[in-house]
Amino acid sequence: MHTLLAIAAGVMFASGLYMMFRRSFVKLIIGLVLIGHAANIVIFTSGGLVRGAPALIPAGEARLPDDPAFTDPLPPALILTAIVISFAIISYTIVLVRRAYQAIGTDDLDQMRSTDK
Amino acid sequence: MDLLVASPILLHLTAGLLCVVAWKSVPAQRVISIVAALLGPLVAGLLLVTVHNSGPQTAALAGWPAPYGIVLVGDAVSVIMVALVAVVGLAVVVYAMGALDKPRERAGYHPLIHLLLTAVNGAFLSGDVFNMYVWFEVMLLASFVLITLGGTRGQLEGAIKYVTLNLLSSVLFLSAIGLLYGIVGTLNLADIAVKLPLVDAPGLKAVIAMLFLVAFGIKAALFPFFFWLPASYHTPPPAIIAVFAGVLTKVGIYSILRVFTLCFPQQLAEFADVFVWIAGFTMVVGVLGAAAQFEMRRILAFHSVSQVGYMFMGIAIAGVCLAQLAIDPAGDEQTGVLRQAAVVAVAGTMIFMLHHGVVKMNLFFISGIVMKLRGTAELKHLGDLYRTHPMLSLLFMVTAMSLAGIPVLSGFWAKLVLVRAGLDAGAWWLVGAALFVGSLTLFSMVKIWAEAFWKTTPADADKALAAHDESQGGPVPGVEPRAGQGANLTLMTIPAAALTVLAVAMGVGIAPIYRAAERAGEAVMNPDQYIEAVLDAEYLERLDEHRAALGLPPRRGGATVVAEADPTPSPEDPS
Repeated sequence: MHTLLAIAAGVMFASGLYMMFRRSFVKLIIGLVLIGHAANIVIFTSGGLVRGAPALIPAGEARLPDDPAFTDPLPPALILTAIVISFAIISYTIVLVRRAYQAIGTDDLDQMRSTDK
Repeated sequence: MDLLVASPILLHLTAGLLCVVAWKSVPAQRVISIVAALLGPLVAGLLLVTVHNSGPQTAALAGWPAPYGIVLVGDAVSVIMVALVAVVGLAVVVYAMGALDKPRERAGYHPLIHLLLTAVNGAFLSGDVFNMYVWFEVMLLASFVLITLGGTRGQLEGAIKYVTLNLLSSVLFLSAIGLLYGIVGTLNLADIAVKLPLVDAPGLKAVIAMLFLVAFGIKAALFPFFFWLPASYHTPPPAIIAVFAGVLTKVGIYSILRVFTLCFPQQLAEFADVFVWIAGFTMVVGVLGAAAQFEMRRILAFHSVSQVGYMFMGIAIAGVCLAQLAIDPAGDEQTGVLRQAAVVAVAGTMIFMLHHGVVKMNLFFISGIVMKLRGTAELKHLGDLYRTHPMLSLLFMVTAMSLAGIPVLSGFWAKLVLVRAGLDAGAWWLVGAALFVGSLTLFSMVKIWAEAFWKTTPADADKALAAHDESQGGPVPGVEPRAGQGANLTLMTIPAAALTVLAVAMGVGIAPIYRAAERAGEAVMNPDQYIEAVLDAEYLERLDEHRAALGLPPRRGGATVVAEADPTPSPEDPS
């Protein structure tokens, strides 16, 4: 499962970056969404995948059980935070791209050279 | 929990939220904004004195003790940064009241600037790496909105580059946190610092360290990740960009300093060469880029890149010292010199950040005043300012000379300390590059002086200006008003004059600033104090026992990297 998710994260990073390298605004946003999700999968995977174990300490016990394994609840919590943040940021980016499209009249990133001169 | 550490964050957060409540009334927002900005230096000063007198201050949020909850930590390094934020915040709020056009002020400038300051303070005070990420995102969102406030074509184009690269950096930061959590199982910086040496995964550690370097390097605008900065920094009005130049890139440098010296000293030493090259290229490329520009704000933006190189140079020199200490623990005398050089190098970074925050912000202020007076910052359309506005010229001259590093002004000491540390550490090429870049900085500043202030205004300046407006789609009403319109030059000049005086005062009264910076350097090079302030003694004792059981050398006794490479415990700190 680790291997599968690691490959998935890699593919998502690669395709996200590929989309960002394209010239279209819309593909830029798709690329940002993809790499954002890829980072979440990295957190999820590297936090350790445990099958069928709860993120709870058994009743009456004072400490974590060693066996059966214990699911760490922190990575999902981190991912939730990251998802909320990326929701806000992607919303902002979509509005920005729309305004830029209206102001510049093209969705070609190569046309945006006036600030580089 | 100790409220004092959280107070710089709470102050600006409250002000920002109150400004949102008072959305309809700009005068009310102004009052809230200026009150909070005036309280900022008081709170920061109080924190500075407390940390100076009684060591690092911590606050466990919601009462959850470290390493389980999130802690805020004010140590010698972060309080200096918080003090800089307070000065920058006060100056920019006053300046904006005179400079900013009404539409932008109505569109939420005041709440945004306070939310930005909240987040920057949060990033400086956070003792938890994921919490730091969250503050980074808050800071980014506030800065995204600020950089596009007004929505001119140039701003939108610049913002797309700024947003894309900064989001990429956030994703790398997040991935690095995920991988780091995977190997140490904690997010608290002090806890990571203690537990990371217990993990035997040198390859993965190097990967994580480099991910952090790239993520923070993009934020800090280091070579080769700086391209967003010159593309976007000159587009918004100076009242907005001055605060970006004042504090935002420093958040990146601070984070590198904090994360690498606390958690990755081993990697800092291993990759010291990479750090040195990055520092050198950042300085040289930035200053060459600036030399090719002929617009005041573009010159200043490129110079920010070059100056970030100087700040990074201190960290690189500290890395060189750590590397030499690790391979050649030699005689006690040499060890002492290298350790002291590392402390001085970090002190140089701290002084440079203070100096640059004040001086670069002031240069953007002055460029804003010039734009209000003449309607442009293009050097070829300017001239005669020395004859028409001698006081403004004086302010520019003093500030620009400070940036270039002329003796007695703040920039001179900042560079002197860095060069001194570089010579002690034997980083000859880096020192050479720093001095060369210093002379080119002087060239750029003299160019602005000669073109904008000294030469006679070209006869066809008005016609050229009209053509310039035409090419930009005409002067947008209310966005960049021409001389006098909607601008209060007195309110713009007061902060510029105050910052100029501050730049001179920092130069003349460098001694206390240097001592504070040196304390920060010692705190960075001997992280035990930080670790012991954050984690409780019993918890640390258990970790130390575990460490001994693994056969690793003891944790205490100066920079960890020496302990790892050298089988004998390192000697006591020379200070």
